[in-house]
Amino acid sequence: MRSDPADYELIAPGNLQAVVSLLADEPGKWLPIAGGTDVMVLYAAGKLPARKLVSIWNLPELRVIEISPEEIRIGAGCTYTGLRDHEIIAREFPLLASAARWTGGIANQNRGTLGGNIVNASPAADSLPALMVYEAELILVSRRGERRVPYVDFHTDYKKMKLAPDELIRAICLGRRFSNYLHYARKVGARDAQAISKLCVAALGRLRGGVTGSVIDEVRIALGSVAPVPLRLREVERFAKGKPVEPELVQLTRKMTSAAIQPIDDIRSTARYRSAVAGNLVAEFLQQLRGSGKTV
Amino acid sequence: MTEEQIIGKSVPRKEGRDKVTGAARYIDDMAMPGMLFGATVRSQIPRGVIKHISFDPQFDWSEFVVVTAQDIPGKNCIALIGDDQPCLADGKVNHPEEPILLLAHADPHLLRKAVDGVSIEYEPLPAIFTIEESERCSEIIWGMDNTLKTFLIAKGDVDHVWAKADYIVEGEYTTGAQEQLYIENNGVIAAFDLEQGITVWGSLQCPYYVHKALMALCNLPAEKIRVVQAETGGAFGGKEDYPSIIAGHAALLAVKSGRPVKIVYDRLEDMTATTKRHPSRARHRTAVGKDGRILGGEIDFTIDGGAYATLSSVVLSRGTIHAGGPYYWPNIRIRGKAVATNTPPHGAFRGFGAPQSLFAMERHMDRIAQAVGLSPVEIRRRNFLKPGETTTTEQTIREEIDLGKLLDRALELSDYTAKKARFARENAVGPIKKGMGIAAFLHGAGFTGSGERYLASVVGVEGCADGGVRVLVSSTEFGQGTNTVLCQIAAQALDLPYEDVRIAQPDTNQVPNSGPTVASRTAMVVGSLVRSAALGIKQTLIAAGMISGSYSPEEFRAACRRYISEHGQLRSLARYEAPTGVFWDDEKYRGEAYAAFAWAVYVAEVAVDLSTYSARVEDFVALQEVGKVLHPVLAKGQIAGGVAQGIGFALYEKVIWQNGRMQNGQMTNYIMPTSADLPPIRIFFEEMGNVHGAYGAKGIGELPMDGPAPAIVNAIEDALGTRFDSIPLLPEDVFEAVGAGGDR
Amino acid sequence: MSHSSENRGKQDRGECELSLTVNGKPETVRVFPMERLLDVLRGELGLTGTKEGCGEGECGSCSVLMNGELVNSCLIPALQAAGTNLTTIEGIAQGPQLSALQASFLECGGAQCGICTPGMILASCHLLNKKPEPSLEDIREGLSGNLCRCTGYMQIFEAVVQAARRRANA
Repeated sequence: MRSDPADYELIAPGNLQAVVSLLADEPGKWLPIAGGTDVMVLYAAGKLPARKLVSIWNLPELRVIEISPEEIRIGAGCTYTGLRDHEIIAREFPLLASAARWTGGIANQNRGTLGGNIVNASPAADSLPALMVYEAELILVSRRGERRVPYVDFHTDYKKMKLAPDELIRAICLGRRFSNYLHYARKVGARDAQAISKLCVAALGRLRGGVTGSVIDEVRIALGSVAPVPLRLREVERFAKGKPVEPELVQLTRKMTSAAIQPIDDIRSTARYRSAVAGNLVAEFLQQLRGSGKTV
Repeated sequence: MTEEQIIGKSVPRKEGRDKVTGAARYIDDMAMPGMLFGATVRSQIPRGVIKHISFDPQFDWSEFVVVTAQDIPGKNCIALIGDDQPCLADGKVNHPEEPILLLAHADPHLLRKAVDGVSIEYEPLPAIFTIEESERCSEIIWGMDNTLKTFLIAKGDVDHVWAKADYIVEGEYTTGAQEQLYIENNGVIAAFDLEQGITVWGSLQCPYYVHKALMALCNLPAEKIRVVQAETGGAFGGKEDYPSIIAGHAALLAVKSGRPVKIVYDRLEDMTATTKRHPSRARHRTAVGKDGRILGGEIDFTIDGGAYATLSSVVLSRGTIHAGGPYYWPNIRIRGKAVATNTPPHGAFRGFGAPQSLFAMERHMDRIAQAVGLSPVEIRRRNFLKPGETTTTEQTIREEIDLGKLLDRALELSDYTAKKARFARENAVGPIKKGMGIAAFLHGAGFTGSGERYLASVVGVEGCADGGVRVLVSSTEFGQGTNTVLCQIAAQALDLPYEDVRIAQPDTNQVPNSGPTVASRTAMVVGSLVRSAALGIKQTLIAAGMISGSYSPEEFRAACRRYISEHGQLRSLARYEAPTGVFWDDEKYRGEAYAAFAWAVYVAEVAVDLSTYSARVEDFVALQEVGKVLHPVLAKGQIAGGVAQGIGFALYEKVIWQNGRMQNGQMTNYIMPTSADLPPIRIFFEEMGNVHGAYGAKGIGELPMDGPAPAIVNAIEDALGTRFDSIPLLPEDVFEAVGAGGDR
Repeated sequence: MSHSSENRGKQDRGECELSLTVNGKPETVRVFPMERLLDVLRGELGLTGTKEGCGEGECGSCSVLMNGELVNSCLIPALQAAGTNLTTIEGIAQGPQLSALQASFLECGGAQCGICTPGMILASCHLLNKKPEPSLEDIREGLSGNLCRCTGYMQIFEAVVQAARRRANA
C-alpha cells in the first residue's frame, strides 16, 4: 500500500445537494469517489494526485432507475451488478448488460458504477461503446441546475470531457427504440474474466427490404481501446448505409475500420493486432446482420 | 489395520481446518511487541557504480534504522552454492531492483515515504539483457565470459550419425520468464538478542537454507540462529532461495536496532525484485532414420541466469538431463549453458529447467514427425524408452514402464483420433480452428545424482507425553500436502490412526535437517525416512518389552506414555543412505541421475478463434505414472494446479522486460488464468510401485509443469498448420504469423 | 513539513470514529476515513483471516460480504463501510461447527496453501446465496474474481457443487 491514509481527506455529505454545493464552492478541489474501483487502485499504487475526496457512494438520488415508455434513466451511481440484474436493461439494452458482465469479477461489479466508468474515461472502458451506439444522453447536475447532453461527443480527448469542474453526472438516459435491431458486442481481453480490454466493440444494425434483396438500413459501430476516446465509426456507418451485405462490402468496411482508428502499442497489446481484430469484428458484425432477420 | 487404510486414502488435510476458518497464521498476520517495519531501497538502473547516496533532509533520519553493506557483521553474500550474490550492493549494482540499503521504522507509511526520500546517483555502465547479448561478450558482466555454468552430456558417437541419417531435422525453441505468483507475497519477521541470537519467522520452503545463509551473513554459530517456517501461502520454488535474502535483510535490521523487524513485500516489489523461471533457448539437430527412429543428435540448451549465479547451475543440470525427453537416444551430445544478464537473478520454479528443455523436445518431436511423414503418435511410439534401455546419461530403465501403453490410454481418454479427424473436416468452415496435441515426458524425482547423498537428510519421529506421535522434519507445507502425507506415512508404519500423528512446525531449534522442500523429493525421499524413523520408535518400544509385535492403538499410546515417563524421551532418527549399486559420475555427468522417474502423456484440445487469434484450451487430459498415489485428493490437486500453471506458461503469462526491469508487475497486467479460463482438467493415474519411495511413492509436484505447454502448442500447430516455437504464445503472436492479410 | 513521528501524531485529528457491524458484532473504530477496509479488519479489529494478495482488486483474497454483497475490501475506504454489515471468514463457521462450504473445501481439496481460501469461501458463499443450484458456468463466473495459484480451480468447483447439495439437504 503506497499511500498514507493520513494524507487524505474523505467526506460523505450523504445527499446530492450537499455534494454539488461543495463542488460549486471549491471547484476542482474535491474528487468524487463512488465505488472506488478505479480511484482506490491508483491510491494503493501511490498514484492518486487528489488529496481531498468526497464520497458519492450510495447517494439515493444517483441510484434510482426511472422507467418511462420512451426512455430509461439510469442513475450514475448504478453499479454493474445493478445493470445486469435489471430486467429492462438486460432485455432492451443487452450491450450495456454484457459490458457490465465483462467488467471485472463479481466483487468489482458490485462496486463499480456506470457514472464512474464514464468519468474515469479509460479508452478501454467496456460500457462506453455501448452508450455510444445507444446514443445515450447524460444529465449533468450542478448547483447551477441540470443540463442534458448527448454522450456521443462527451469525451473530447484522452481523459478530457465536457464536464464542468462543479458538475456531476446524475443520470444516463437511453431511448427505448432498439427492439428491432441486432445488438452485437465483443470484448477482447487477455483472458476470459477480469481483463482490461485490448479492444471492445459495440454495434447495432438493421436491414430493410430493397429492390433486389435486403440492404443495410442503419448500422452504428463503436470501438474502445483504439483511440484516446471511445470511437464511433461514422464513415463506415455512412458508407454501409443502403448497401447489401456482400463480401465486397465487408472487405471495404474492414479496410475503412483500420483506417479510421488510431490504436497504439501498449503494455496490453499492439497497434497492428488491434487494427486487424477491429476489422475482423466489424466484419463479423455485418455477417451476423445479414443473417439476423432484423428488418425495419 | 491393513495397508490400504491410510496410505491411498484421502484423509483430512492436517492443517486444513485452520485454513478454511481463517485461523491459519501467515507472516503478515503476526506481530511482535516493539516491532518495526523494514523496507528496501533498490537500484533503479541495470548496471553501474554507486557514486553517491543522499537522504532527503525533510525526514528525521535519527528515527530510522539504516543498514548498508558496511553494517554486515559477516560476509556480504547470500550463501547458497557460490558466493557471488551480495546481500546488499556495495558500490556496484548489477540488476534493476538490486537491494542497496535497508530502512526500518515503527510507522509503515512513513517508512514508505522514506524509501522515496533516499536518492542514489549512479555512473551507469553498459548492460546486457538477453542470452544473445550475453553470448556476444561485447560486455563482460560475470566471470571471464558471462558463462555461469556449463554441462556436457555425451553418449555414444554423435559425429558419425549424420552420414547415416535419412533425415536431419533442426529446430530452435524458446521459453520466456515466468513469475511464480504465489498469492502470499514474500515476508519475514526477524528478532535478535545477544543470548538467543537471531530468530527468523518466514514464508519459506527451506528453513535450513536460510539458517546457513544467516550464519555466514551475521557471523554467528549455528546455535545462535533459529529459523521457523510460518504458514506459507504458496511457493512453487519462488520461496526456495529467495527467503535467504529477505531474511538476511530483516535480520540485519533487527541486529542493528535490537527490535523485531517485519518485512513484507507488496505485489509490485515481489514481482519486480524476486526470482522467476529462467528464460531458455534450445537448439536441436537430430539424425533420424527412414523408419522414424532417432539415430542421434545434438542439443544446445541455454538458460538466462540473471545477474548472479544463485541456483542456475542446478536448474541447468536438471534441464540438461531432461533435454532428451522419454526417448531412446543411441548417440547424443547435450551442451547445457547458463549465462549472465543484468536482470534480477532467476531461480527455482516448479520443474526447475525441465519444463524449458521438455518444451523444446516435444515441439521437436512433432517437427521430426512432419519431416519423416509419420504422425505425432507414431513418431513417439517408435522412439520411447523401454525397460532395459538407457537414458541420455546412460541410466538403465529398471522399472516395468510401457510408454506405448500409456500413450494409448491417453489417446483413448482424450478421444484423440476421432477428434482430430472431426476437426480436420470442421476447420474448413468458420473462424474457429481446433486441434489436438500430445506431449510425452518424464520427471526425475529427488536431487540429481549424488545430490541426496550430499544432503544427508535426517528425519525424526518421536512419541509424545500424551501417547501421540510427532514427525520432526524441516520439510515444509505450502499447499502441496507435506504435513498430511508424512503423517499418513508415519501412521501407516505404526498401525495407528491418522489422528494420532502430528507434525512439528519446521523450526531449526526443534527439527533435524531433512533437506529442502524441493525437487519433488518430500513424499519419496523424506517419506521413506519418516517410515524408517517411525519403525524405529516401534522397535524401541518392542525392545523395551512394552509392546509386542502386534498391538492396538491404545496399547501403543500407553506404552509410549510409559516409556517417556521412564526415559524422558522416545525418539528415533533416520538418516538418508544412498542405495547400493547406484552410480553417478559428476565429471562426465553420466549414470543414475535420479532414483525414480515419473512418466506422463498429456493431451490438449485447443480452439483458436481467428477473429481474435486467441487460443483456448477446451479439454485437457493428464495421464501419469507416479508410483503409488498416497492421497488421491492431494495428488489430483497437484496435477490440476501444475497443469493450470503450465497453461499459463504457454498462453497467458508474459513478463514484459525493459532494460532488465519487469514492466507488468501487477496482477492486472501479468495474466494468470482465472476460473473462467481453464478447461476441464481430467486427471488419471497409472500405478506401478517403485523401489525407492515410501510405500511406492514417486515425486509428483513438478511433473505436471512439463507437459501442458508443448501439448498446447502442438495442438495449435495442428489447428492452424502454422509452426510456433516460442512461448508464451499470445494472440498477437498468432496474428503476426497467420493474420496479416488473412481472409476467411 | 518535516516527516517525523511527532508530526504524524498531530495529524491524528484527521481520524474519525466509525461504527459498523462485523460478523454480527457491533464495532467502533477510530481511523482515517481513507484507511482501507482491509486494514481496518486486519489491524484495528484483529481479524486477520481476510488476506491481502495484490492490493489492486484483482485477486479476491480480501473479499468480504458487505450488506450481503461480495466486495474487495482492499478497494473500500473505511468511511464507506460505516454503518454496514460485514461478514468475514471468521463469521462463516457457526462456532465449532463448520459451514457446508468449509466442510466441502476440506473434503474436496479446495484449499491447498490456504491464502486464497477465505476470499474464495466468501465468494462461494455469495454465489450460493444468489444461486443455490449453480451450474458449472455459474460457478466459474462467480469465482472468476478470485485467483488461486495452487488448485487449478477443479477441486474448488467440486467443493462448491458438494456444498450446494449439502445446503439443499440441510
